[in-house]
Parts: sequence; structure tokens; C-alpha cells
Amino acid sequence: MLDKSVLDQYTTTIGIECHVQFKTKTKLFSAVDNDAREAPANTLVSHIDFGLPGALPVLNKEAVHLALRAAFALGTEPQKFSKFDRKHYFYPDLPLGYQITQYDEPIILGGAVEIEVDGQKKTIGVTRAHMEADAGKSTHPTGTDYSLVDLNRAGTPLLEIVSEPDMHTASEAKAYVRELYLRMRYADVSDCNLYYGNMRFDVNVSVSKTDELGTRSETKNLNSFRAVEKAVEYEVKRQIELLEKGEKIVQETRGWNDAKQQTFSQRSKENAEDYRYMPDPDLPPVVLDNPYIEKVKAEMPAMPDEWRERLSKLGSDRAQTDTLLEAELDAPEVNYLELIEQNIANQAFAKQLANWFVNIEIPARRDEKVLNPGKNAERLAFYQAVYELVAGGKLSSTNAKTLITDVLAAHAYPQNVAQHAEEQGFIQVSDEGEIAKVVTQVLAENAKAAEDVKSGEAKAIGFLVGQVMKASKGKANPQMAQELIKKQLGQ
Amino acid sequence: MATESQWLPIARIAEQMQSGQIKARDLVERSLKTIAGKREFDAIIATLDGRALARADEIDAMVQKGDTVGALAGVPFIAKDNFLVFGADTTAASNILRGFEAPYQATAINRLEAAGAICVAKANLDAFAHGASTENSDFFTTKNPHDKTRVPGGSSGGSAAAVALDMAPFALGTDTGGSIRQPASFTGCVGYKPTYGLVSRSGVVAMGSSLDVIGPIARTVEDAALVLDVMAGIDPLDSTTISRDSSSYTKFDDIISRKKIGIIKEHMGEGVAPNVKAAIEASVQKLKDAGADVHEISLPSATLALAVYYILMPAEVSSNLSRYDGQRYGYTFADAKDLDESYTKSRGRGFGKEAKRRIMMGTYVLSSGYFDAYYKKAQTVRTKLINEFNTAFEQVDFLLGPTAPTTAFKIGENASNPLAMYLADVMTVAAPLAGIPAISIPAGESEGLPVGLQLMARSHHDRELLNLAHATEELLA
Repeated sequence: MLDKSVLDQYTTTIGIECHVQFKTKTKLFSAVDNDAREAPANTLVSHIDFGLPGALPVLNKEAVHLALRAAFALGTEPQKFSKFDRKHYFYPDLPLGYQITQYDEPIILGGAVEIEVDGQKKTIGVTRAHMEADAGKSTHPTGTDYSLVDLNRAGTPLLEIVSEPDMHTASEAKAYVRELYLRMRYADVSDCNLYYGNMRFDVNVSVSKTDELGTRSETKNLNSFRAVEKAVEYEVKRQIELLEKGEKIVQETRGWNDAKQQTFSQRSKENAEDYRYMPDPDLPPVVLDNPYIEKVKAEMPAMPDEWRERLSKLGSDRAQTDTLLEAELDAPEVNYLELIEQNIANQAFAKQLANWFVNIEIPARRDEKVLNPGKNAERLAFYQAVYELVAGGKLSSTNAKTLITDVLAAHAYPQNVAQHAEEQGFIQVSDEGEIAKVVTQVLAENAKAAEDVKSGEAKAIGFLVGQVMKASKGKANPQMAQELIKKQLGQ
Repeated sequence: MATESQWLPIARIAEQMQSGQIKARDLVERSLKTIAGKREFDAIIATLDGRALARADEIDAMVQKGDTVGALAGVPFIAKDNFLVFGADTTAASNILRGFEAPYQATAINRLEAAGAICVAKANLDAFAHGASTENSDFFTTKNPHDKTRVPGGSSGGSAAAVALDMAPFALGTDTGGSIRQPASFTGCVGYKPTYGLVSRSGVVAMGSSLDVIGPIARTVEDAALVLDVMAGIDPLDSTTISRDSSSYTKFDDIISRKKIGIIKEHMGEGVAPNVKAAIEASVQKLKDAGADVHEISLPSATLALAVYYILMPAEVSSNLSRYDGQRYGYTFADAKDLDESYTKSRGRGFGKEAKRRIMMGTYVLSSGYFDAYYKKAQTVRTKLINEFNTAFEQVDFLLGPTAPTTAFKIGENASNPLAMYLADVMTVAAPLAGIPAISIPAGESEGLPVGLQLMARSHHDRELLNLAHATEELLA
């Protein structure tokens, strides 16, 4: 094992390439369904995707539109002139013998993404992002002497986002890919379904003791935030161990074994392949005019940063806001963010609402325990009524939670929330006489604890209050109960 | 070869079809019979008897019913075998595509069929259109109808020979560096290379995608213009297509007087055979006599066009031929023990010598470290050439010169000397590099061999060019 003092001598440098699959209806260059998730192999393949003689690519305008949205999501403007190039290599899942991509004039140049790790904000630069067509999928069944190729994925539109080598820890890498995910989802350019490979990450890692960058490894095709984090951790450790043993890092492409949580060598990059890039003569350059760029800019929804800014007035931390941002994506019709924002003038309520969303409703929805079909307006009115009961001291926060959970699981919102809470027995009893009776009873049943309180053991009061709450089925006003206990014990 | 054609002008055929005077079946049968009778010229790779006759019957039935039929109703035609056509294999005269059945058709073919034309046969070519003689066909060499010991030119040599042999009223060719015009010149036909993008390339085996055009080879300018009229215009399947002229390409005013024509100085100098030069000069005199304003004009970069072409074209060829890898269709080396061997043997055996030569050259010029010195520099010169053409077209409306430096050469004469063979393209490569339209029309014969006159115009001026060519054709007849 490496000593921390050794590890601290090294600086880690991380750059990430992220492939985002655009959610276009059809492929990048052919009029074939882009959603291959449930399709049998090789059923979504046109003459272009199959690389037939005479087949010509025709650029999907929707993909360009999404690339513009992605540009704005990455905090930059799209390039007015970009073009497509051919990247040549032979592989059976690449029917044309070249990949159509953007080499030296991509649609996005520059951009920046702000991340936050341990409360520290940091900006990660985006070098470029370009459109390209995905290859097909090869599988090599074990124990056979053949490989299988499925061309359904061939021609799927991708945006490859290349970061600057601005990250230095695994946590930063993870925060960056998470933030890319959020932005691409908010820009609505991709389903970003990690399970289906809608977003894949290639992580470049190097370590060095000096200002000069070390030799890097590239771990390809990571498909979860956690895998990005773990792969970086593994690579840092592996590379430092090699260097400490006096060995050299080989520039290479590595894969990720999720079961073993290890990277493994795939191929050396020392004999780098020559892709013989060439402008694709079948595709005219993509030339964007200002009115179009402005139109797309105007239609952009609020990005995560904007929501964070808007919700910052609540004083909630980034983790809570990000939970809301992610939950919003899973259930946009529920309008968490908007409901909070609508009430931002009433800060205390808005803050309480955010808490209830994060602590009650979001987990309940995740567990599919929200059955109430009521409209958002009814839901908001319900939360407001509950809030008033809590603020008026009539409902304990514990009972409020139970009440909300029950109502979300019910078939309708109660007409009168106060009455409903009353009926359910959730309303706090603040009648001194009634609580006093319970206190008397509890003190009689818990003589030992009562003695402890008398002898100055403060903790015992808490226990007795708990017993009073229990005996009153949670209805007793706990503050009042505490005062009455003290009073009856002569404190 | 027949001096008198058995075919009426295409427009007349369509008229007679509509009026019921002639039947499509008779036209197709006559075409197939002619093809069968002239097998020794090796112009044809395959005939489409079944499909052609069935389509003929459909059209005849339409006429019978009183339906309106198209502008090319019943007209048989022959497609170069790099067009994807239903009813026969599409081989591009290559072993690697031998037995390949097209699952879709070229847009050009679809448009011709929609107008009632009937494809009867596939013509020979230099494999993948790489050549100027059809000697690079992986199958056989087509013989020149004027002299069987000579080549018909290439790469559309089969198409040009077929028209010269009167097998059909017209044939389709493709032109990348001269492949329509040079064989038209060698066989005494009209060969038309439209402005780049005017006819869709979809469904045509690509050679050099930034240069390739589709065009007709016919007996007359009028027939060629009519065929172009049917094929031209934007195709959603080819993003490089351009809008067609709003009026028909077959409207001719036949005015030669005061037309400003420039003779390309660089195309009339060294390397042009005296008999060719003499024929062109005689044509120029006739144009002058008819009142044309003809004078010499210099395109200094024209001398570099061949060098530029033989960098850019192979680069695109090497890329375009990547898809022929033996993995999905065409020839596969069946006994490969691994993927590498499958690739190398499938391509090694499937491609002929010239395709391999161009793949090697193209791969070389695109390699990192050489890209700037070759490809990029060639693109710079290409731009310079385009600028020179633009400047020339400020002074004149048309450019003129020989289509090829010689008349048809002997079979085998240049076969072992690729450089000499490449020189056959010297007059024709400039137009595709600039994307401008160009046509070759017959300009008399020398020792029984046709000489071709090349006319060029600025981009998108196809109608104007065809108009001048039509008038010049009459003048030279």
C-alpha cells in the first residue's frame, strides 16, 4: 500500500471525453429510427448505415439543432461554420471504412462547466464538442470462433464533448460528468440513459511529481458516474505504484472491469493509428445564420446553474438543490422546481416545501408510493395547509411527515386538511389539563426516570417527554409536555 | 459502324409512343437484338431482358389505356455498370462487386424510369471508373466501334461504344476526370458532363465524390439535353445536389453570332496531336465564320490540373473504396483464419491493379505528415484554378479546346504505362476540378477516327452550354 506522504507528492491530471447520444428521431445521416433499444439486431439499418455502394449521407437537421442546444448548455455559442470529416479505420462494425466526424472545425469550440466539490467551486473548461456517427456494436461470444455485428447503432448521432485537463481528483471527475449529465438532460438533447449507453465516458489520467504532465492512460467506455470516479482512483494508484517501483507508464487504451473495479490494458497507443482524416465530400459544411442561432438560444429552458441561482435564496445547500434538479428530470410533470419558485417570496414555506420534496415526496416517488392523481395546484394547496398547521403549532413535524406520506399515497387530497389531520388524530393537544393528566400517569409508571430527573439528570427528561408523546399517540405538544413534567417534579 | 441510326430522335420516339405508332416492346426487342448482334465489341456486361420487357409491356398497356406517358416513354437506354439498377448485378466491372445485386436504385435511374425510359443493359467500364480505355475493367476490354484494335476511351467506354454501335438511343455515364467526354470523343458521340451536383449521385458507385457527375452519352446534343432535363435537380438523397434551371434544357435558339468563346491556350499547345489540333482549328474557323467572337485565353493553372487531379481523386478513391472490405457483400475470401486475413485477401484479390494503385496513392497523400504537402496543397491549387476559370468567364461565356489530346489509341498501347494513360485526361480534368459543365461533341474525323471538341461554361450555365453545343453541332455536321 502506498503511504499518504507518497501519494501527496504526485499531482493527478484528468481530462474527460464524453459521448452523448442525441435523442433525434432518426439517425445522423439516414432516415432510420434512432431508438434501437428494443429492436432485433440489424433491423434498423438503411443503405447508408450498411455502407452499400452509392449510398450518400444526408445530415439530420434535428441533430444540428440539438448540437446548438448543447452549445448553449455548455455555456458557449455554436460555431457558425463547421464541417464533417472522414476518420478512416477498418473494423467490421464500421461499414463505410470510415467514421463521419468533425475533425478540425467542430460545431462547438470552448465552453465551461462549473462543479462543486466539498463546498469548493471550480470551473472545468470544455475544449470542443463535435458531432459524429456512432459505429455498430460488435460482440465476441466466448467459446466461438466468430464475432457478431449489430448495425442498429451504426449512424446514431453522438456529441463528443472534450474537456480541458482541468480536473485533479476522482471526486472532481465524478462531479464533472454528473454536471454534464444534468446539463445535457436540461438542454433536452439526450435521454442520457446510462444503462443504454446514451452517455459514455473516456477518462484520461496521468500523474506527475513535476510541472510536466506524466504519460497518460485512457480508460474507455465508462458508463456510470461511479465508474468514472473508481477508474480514476484505480488509475492514480496503479500509475503511482508503477512509478514508485521505477517503472514507466505506457501510453495506452484501457478498459474497465466493473466486477473487479479495475482497469485493464486493451491496446498500446505507441503505434498510433493514422486515421487519414479528410473532409467528407458528400456533406456540405454546416453553416449557421444568426437568426437561427438566436431562435434556438431563445427557446432554451433554464439550465441547472440558473435554477441553482434562483433557489439560492432558500439557503439550501447544493446537494439538496441537485437532488431537486435530478428529481425534476425523472418526473418533470411534478414541477418541484416551479412550485418552490412560485413561493419563493414566502421564504419559510418555500424552504419547508423544498425539504418536504427532498425528504418525503422524492423518495416516495422513487419507491412508487405516490398514487394521488391530484393536480399540482391541489398538491400545492395541500402542502400550504400542512405548513400552516405546523407553523401554528398544531401539527408536529413528525406527524406532518406521516400525514404527507399518507395523503400522497391516497386517491385524493383532503378537502379540509385541518379537519383531516384532526380525524387522523394528528393535531397536537395543547390543552394543559389534558396533557397534565397524561404526564401524571407517565410519571407514575416511570418512577425511576422521574427520580433521575429530580437528581439532575437532564437526559431523563427527554425520555419522559417521549413517553408522554407515546401515551398521547403523538398528539401532545412536546414543549408543553416538558414544562409540565418539570413542574410536576418540582423542577 | 452504322452511319445512319435506327433510332429516331428521342423526342420523336416519345411522341410516336404516345400516339401508339410504335410499341415499347418493339423498341426494347430491337435494342436487345442489336446488343446481341454486336457482342464482339464487348460493350455490354449484362442485359436486363426480363425486367426491360416487362416494363415495356407496362408502358404499352398505359398507352393502350389512353394514359399520358413520359418524355422518354419506351426509350431503351444502357447504364454504365456503376449505376445501381434492379434486374441485373451492379459490378462496376470489378471482381470485388461481382454478383452484387442492388437492393435500391440510383436516383438517376428512378427519374428516367418515371419518365418511361427502359434500362436494357449494363455497360462495361474501367473497374470503379478508374481509367481512360476500359482496359482496367476486371472483365474485358471494350473495342472501339470505329476500329476494333483501338480503345473506346474510358471509363464510360462501354456506354459510348454502345451508343456508337446504335444499341440504344442513349447511355448513361459518369465523369470524374473526363470519363463521359473522352470516350464520347473517341467514339464520335456527344458526351455531357453537367455542373457538379445537377444530377444526383445517389445509387452510383462513388469514385471521387467531390468530382463525380452523372451525364448522358447520346448521338445528338438534343437527345443529351432531353435526358439531362429528366434527371436534373435536387435530390433529398444527395446533399450536394443543386436546383435545376427553371426552364427546359432542350430550348435552343441556335444563335452563334457574337457568342464570346475563349480557346484555352494551354489545351492547344504541346502534347496535342497535330490531327486533333487541325480538326479543332477547323471547327474554330467555322464558329468564327458564323459570327462567334473567338479568341485565345490563358488558364495558367490548367497545366497543373492533372497533377491536382491525381492527388485529390486517389485520396477520395482510397476513402470511397474502404467499404469494399469483404464483410457484408461482394467478394469475400472465404478461408480467412482471422479478420486481418479476411480484409487483406478479400481486398487483395477483389481489387484490380489500378484500384490498388489509386488506393495506395490516396492513402499516401492522406497520411499524417503528408496531408499538408499533397492534399492540402492540391486543394489550394484547385481553388486557384477555380479563380482562374472565374476570371476567364468574366471575359468570355464559353471555353473551347480538344476533348482529348489524341484520337482513340491502340488497345495495349498505354496499358503498361499508367502515366501515359493518365495524360489522356489532361484536357478533361480541369472542368470537374472547377465543377463547371463541359461537353464533347464530334468535330470531324481523322483517318477514320473521331475527334471531339470540348466546350465549357460557367457553373449552373448548363442550358447556355447545351444551346451553344447544339448550334455548333449543326455547324460542324
